[in-house]
Amino acid sequence: MVSVEFLGPIQMEKKEFNVQSVRELKDELYKIPELEDWLESLAVAVNDKIITSLDTPLKDGDKVVLLPPVCGG
Amino acid sequence: MDNMILEIYKGGIPVIEVLDRWYNDLKLEGYGAMIPFIGIVRPDNGIEGLSFDLYLPLLSEWFKKWNALKEAKITMAHSFGDVMVGETSFLCAIWTKHRREGFKYLEEFVEDFKANAPIWKYDLKNGKRIFAGDRAKPLPEAGILG
Repeated sequence: MVSVEFLGPIQMEKKEFNVQSVRELKDELYKIPELEDWLESLAVAVNDKIITSLDTPLKDGDKVVLLPPVCGG
Repeated sequence: MDNMILEIYKGGIPVIEVLDRWYNDLKLEGYGAMIPFIGIVRPDNGIEGLSFDLYLPLLSEWFKKWNALKEAKITMAHSFGDVMVGETSFLCAIWTKHRREGFKYLEEFVEDFKANAPIWKYDLKNGKRIFAGDRAKPLPEAGILG
């Protein structure tokens, strides 16, 4: 299973998914109505490295975090 | 990473205490200029304060590349949780041999911080914590799920 954490203002508990790639994870995330307004603006990190390809493979135990738009300072 | 100074505080940063400590720790390291930037929470739109979430693993990762500069050192502090009007949520100092490159790095660093640091800001208004979505920007790598 792959754990997925929703950071910052996304009000959602951590979830686990049985997926093999970020592309497969994307399909699962689209099934969650509360995420609809966020998905386009999220960055994705796998094991604390930001990734830019949907083909990034995921394996059992991987940790994904989803990062909404930022504003520090 | 050698001597990386990235400090995280719950609530407002004790500005003078932190600057005093940084100054005393680094004043004999050969830098001729210490340029501090102190961000102060403004009383805009009737807010009582701001509040922050941050994600430390990626914040540290982002900060590492600034810590790898050869001719400058950067020290930084940021808050999480509530920071009231008049308090400070972001503090940094640029250390260089001369002031000119220090001012240049300050501008570049703060711009990069605003665009890339994994931090989320909320307004504290009428006792509520409201995401400051109007001031937030997607990270440069965002959008692959769109």
